[in-house]
This record gives sequence, C-alpha cells and structure tokens, in this order.
Amino acid sequence: MSIEARSPPPQLIFRLKRALGGRSGWSGVALQIVFVIALAWIGYEIIANARTNLEAQRITSGFGFLKNTAGFDVSQSLIPYSGSDTYTRVFLVGLLNTFLVSIIGIFFATVIGFVVGLGRLSPNWLLSRVAGAYVELVRNLPLLFQILFWYLAVLAALPGPRQSISLFNSFFLSNRGLVIPRAIGESGWEPFLIAVAVAVIAVLALRYYARRQLFQKGRAIRIWPYVLGLLVGLPLLSALIFGAPLSFEVPQLKGFNFAGGTRVIPEFVALTVALSTYTAAFIAEVVRAGILSVHRGQMEAGASLGLSRGTTLQLIVVPQALRVILPPLTNQYLNLTKNSSLAVAIGYPDLVSVFAGTTLSQTGQAIEIIAITMGVYLLLSLTTSAIMSFYGWRLSRSLAQ
Amino acid sequence: MKRVSLLFTLAAAAAFSAQAASAETLKTIKDRGMLSCGVSQGLPGFSSPDDKGNWTGLDVDVCRAIAAAIFDDPTKVKFVPLSAKDRFTALQSGEIDVLSRNTTWTLSRDTSLGANFTGVTYYDGQGFLVKKSLKVNSALELNSASVCVQTGTTTEQNLADYFKGNNMKYEVIAFAGADETVKAYESGRCDVFTSDVSQLYAERLKLANPADHVVLPEVISKEPLGPMVRHGDDQWFDIVKWVLFAMVDAEEMGVNQKNLDEMSKSDKPELKRAFGTDGNLGEQLGLTKDWFYRIIKAVGNYGESFDRNVGAGSKLQIARGLNQLWNKGGIQYAPPIR
Repeated sequence: MSIEARSPPPQLIFRLKRALGGRSGWSGVALQIVFVIALAWIGYEIIANARTNLEAQRITSGFGFLKNTAGFDVSQSLIPYSGSDTYTRVFLVGLLNTFLVSIIGIFFATVIGFVVGLGRLSPNWLLSRVAGAYVELVRNLPLLFQILFWYLAVLAALPGPRQSISLFNSFFLSNRGLVIPRAIGESGWEPFLIAVAVAVIAVLALRYYARRQLFQKGRAIRIWPYVLGLLVGLPLLSALIFGAPLSFEVPQLKGFNFAGGTRVIPEFVALTVALSTYTAAFIAEVVRAGILSVHRGQMEAGASLGLSRGTTLQLIVVPQALRVILPPLTNQYLNLTKNSSLAVAIGYPDLVSVFAGTTLSQTGQAIEIIAITMGVYLLLSLTTSAIMSFYGWRLSRSLAQ
Repeated sequence: MKRVSLLFTLAAAAAFSAQAASAETLKTIKDRGMLSCGVSQGLPGFSSPDDKGNWTGLDVDVCRAIAAAIFDDPTKVKFVPLSAKDRFTALQSGEIDVLSRNTTWTLSRDTSLGANFTGVTYYDGQGFLVKKSLKVNSALELNSASVCVQTGTTTEQNLADYFKGNNMKYEVIAFAGADETVKAYESGRCDVFTSDVSQLYAERLKLANPADHVVLPEVISKEPLGPMVRHGDDQWFDIVKWVLFAMVDAEEMGVNQKNLDEMSKSDKPELKRAFGTDGNLGEQLGLTKDWFYRIIKAVGNYGESFDRNVGAGSKLQIARGLNQLWNKGGIQYAPPIR
C-alpha cells in the first residue's frame, strides 16, 4: 500500500474561502454574499428614495447646477475668476485656496514643530522651558479662538491703507494685508529660467558625484563654492546677455486701496499663522516623543565619537526617530488640512466657504454639494496619507539597509 | 455643528421617510403644540431676542400671528435662529414649519428650493453703509473699495452685478454670519458694508458710534422680504399667506388692537366676514372662525407691528415708504377677505 500525498487545495479558491468565510467555510461565504447584497440593496434604496422625495418636493437635484453662472465674487483666487464664471470654477477656486493654505500651513507647522520639539529636549534650561510653555499654551486653546485672535486682535489692529507701514515705499503692510511689488516677466525671462534649471541640474550632479567620492573613495570634496558660483553665476550671465528677466510693478495707493502689486490678504495670513502655530505644538510633542523613543545610548555613542550634539541628532537620532514620528505626523497633517475649513469664520474663501457655503445656499442643492465636498476632503486626506506611507516605506527600507 | 446636523436631518429625511412631502403640517404643529419658526440670529427690528430672551420683530410677529391663529396663544412658537446659509436647509429638512427670516423673494428660490414664498412682509432694497470720514457721497465713488458682505445672500450677487455694471473694481470679503461681517467692517477691514437698507439701519445701531456712519442714498436692488413654506402642503401655504394678508387687511379696515372688541361687533359686512360672525372663512382655511380676531389681538395690524418694530415707535425709525398701504402711497396690498 502506497501512501499518496494529498494534493494541496487550489490556492486561489482556498484563500478566497478563508478570506470570506473565515472558519465557517462555505456557509460563511454564502452569508457574506447575502450580507453584501443586502448592503447594496439598502444603498440603492436610500439613493432612489432620496431622488423620489426630492422630486416630489420639487427640490432641484443632480449636478447640472455646476454649469450655471455663479454671479458672486471671491476675494482671493489663484486662477482667473470673475462673477460670470460657473460654479465649477468656484469649486476649483475654493479647492486651490484650501490647497494653498494647507500646503503652506503644513510647511510652517513642520518647521516650527521640529524646532520647538528639539528645543524642548535641549539641555539649555531657558530654551526648553520656553518651548514647553509654547506647547502648553498653544495646544490647550481652541483653534477657532486662535484664528479669531490672529484675525481680529493682531491683524485688524494694523493701520488702514492710507497710514500703512511701508518699506522702501514698495512694501506696504496695513489691515488690508501685505502689498508687495509684482514681478512681471520680461524678454530675458525664459533664458533666465533655463539658466536656473541648468544650474540646479549641475548642482545636483555635483552633489551626487561628491557623495560617491565620499562613500567609495573616502574623499571629502568641498563643493559649496562651486554650488554658489553656479547658482548665482549662470542666471546672472543670462541676465547680462538677454536683458533683465523681470520688472517690478510697484503698488500705489489709489482711492481706497492699493492698485498694482500683489496682495496677501489678512484672512490668509491669519489662517496660515493660526493653523501652523497650533499644529506645530502637536508636532513638537510628536517629535519629542519620537526622539525620546531612540535609546539614550545612541546619543552617547555619537558623543563618544566626538560628534557635536547637532550632528548626532541630525545623523543618528532623527533618522531613527522618524520611523516613530511619521504616523502621528501624518495625523497632524490631516488635521491641519481639515481644520483649514474653519476659514469660514474669518471670510477666507476656502472650499467650505465658497462651495459648501455660498454655492450651497444659492443653489440649495445640499446633498450634492456636501457629497462633493466630503469626497474632496476624503481624497485630500487619503492622498496625504499615501504620500506619507510612501515616505515611511522608503525610510524603513533605507534604515534596513 | 448646527449646519452638519441639519444636513444629516435633510439627508435622513430625504432618504428614509416614505413620504417627505406630507400634507399635514397643520396637524403636525397641533400635535406638537408648538409652531417651529426659523428666524435670523439677531437682526433688530425683524427678529432679535430682547434682554429677557423674548423674540421680537416684524418677522417674529408673523410667526406669533400664525401661532395665535392656530392655538390662540402667540407664545406657542419655538424660534430657531438660522444663518443665511443654513436657512433653506432647515426648511427643507422639516426642522422648521415656516421660515420668517428677512429672505428675499426671487425666482430661483421659489422654484429650485422646494419651497414657496407666501407674501411680502417688507419691501426692501440693497444699500451701502460707509464711514463718514471717507467723505463718500455716492455709491458710484466706491471704485477699488473693499466691501464686507454676508455670504449666501442675494446681496452678494447684486454687489457683483452693480460693480460690474458700473465698471468699478472692488474686493469682496464674505462672512458667514451678520455679526462677523459687521465686526470686520468696524475694524476697518472693509470700507463698505452692504446689505438690505433696513438691515444697515439695524446693524448701525450696534456699532460703537452710529453717528460716524452713513447709509449712501443709492438703493441698487429690489428685495421683497417674505416668509417661506415647504412645497407640497397647499393648506399650510394658504394659512401662512392669509395670516399676513389678515394683518394688512386689518390695517386697511381700520382694525387695531385698541378698537378690536368694538370693531368685532360692527355691522359692516366686510368686518363681519373677517371676524367670522358671518360665514366660516376661517374654517375654510383649516383654522377657527375667530382666526382674524386672534391674530389682531396677539400682534395688532400690519401698521402697528411695523411701527412697533421698525417704524416710528422703534429705535430704527424707518419711514413706511414702500411699505405704506396701497391707498396711502405705498405698495402693501392684500386680497380681500371674502
């Protein structure tokens, strides 16, 4: 009698059964399928019923409104916009404004957060206490309150446009925002851009070469004089040959406001400052926790190699801490993005304000607009997490090497 | 948070209720024992709570009159303060039975929101409030100005039309609430605050020094303000419509709170019909025979309510103007009660 090895069950089906049915096998699979069908049916009923009811009440539904003329203006838009554009355009304007405040907010929050987080761990008594006080003060006050504080107490206290604080008669700070000269491209603009691009590529190549030399042959090359030469020299050369790349339109007080120049509106400043300082307090704690999670011995090892505290942190501690820091840091970035919707309190035209606010009340199509807005925030947040996960994956791979 | 919960109510009402457009608003109100009325978050003269927390104003009086007609008790109203942005959602979702909140009657609002306007409580128009120190005498001198406006209003659109039509540039800063808008204007963020003229007078009273501010002469739009009800319940639509008509007709017939009892015994046919001593007009509306008496007893006629809230007897001191009766030079006109 020969014993024949039982052939293993087909992998795909086995896995499917395992995944769907768990331990209960095929009956479990059947139950799961019934459950999914029931779920789909409920979903369908909800949508169909909503549609019937909206029709019965003669509430307009559908997405046709996106093609209608908006008929209202917006104080800040990154793309050309006027009241005769469509609601789709309003949506894009709001979305870009949300993007802008989120990205700039994330940048400053990260910088301030790292500085404060490291400062809190500093052996310098004064520095660590100041950083500690900052964290405790800022993170324990409601964000809305802070936004209103920056907007109504700080920025609104600036003088009016006619008495604005000016620098070189071209930068003006007033309660209407910061007005700066606007750069206008001239004939030398394109060669200038090309020169900058060439310089940047050359610098990157140089840096790559220097690193290879360092790692492979142990030869340290001082590259910064060349970097400086390239970055300043090439664009300067292009400007000399092809003429100035830019001219500046200096703002002038005309009537009630400044004409010409570029303006940073106070709503944007207040929101960015409040969001970045608030989130920075949380990031500081995340950074502190991450660094404390790295064993003390690493710091001591660095010190015993003769590295300064800064270098030890930069080369040894922070890269290891990043693994711990990244997930909660992502949370903070997501929070910042979503908190940017508080813009509506101070009239900054973000997505929630111009689309889920003005557009909603003008068209009355709450369900569609809220669905779109939720979708956008979900997409924004998922994208942010995806980028951070990718960064985390690269980091853990490079640490594993 | 309020808005979010409203939206969920709306979504839930739309999605789950088998019959959202019910024709039973009156019955629902009677069962509840309260009229639920959407008002502003505080606009003196139209709807604002006084220092004891009682709501007063022209828009509030409409709600009280409806409650009086139903319950013979003008206090049986739950006032729901709503921002300009949230008001229609609250009506659609069924959180309120009637929206009486200085809302401009326009075609698109009448057709696409699933609601109907029932009449005009106040004929208004849009104007501009500026600081006297700017030495501006006309809205046409406002080129390049920064303008504060409340978002979700017809005001915002009229503003765009007006500046575009006159080839003027401007910067708009739109806020969700009336208070934020006024605060931004007061802090100097804007040169101009624009809204319905009645609202400009009302908000000016809240400023630190009202005399430093002036309303410009231009009125750039038509803003007929009136109450709204949901589509799908014609009886309720009729009731809200005729409560307002009753107030206007009462003024025209010379019936007021003081002479009410005397007038109710009058032999004049039109008064007998109104007071229900002849015929059953009130019952035809789904109310009681003495509906007219109840309304006037509770809030007085239209003219009394106007004077008390926004006119000569109030802080606002707004002249009757367009809101005078049709036979006295205005355009307030109500169909006859017969």
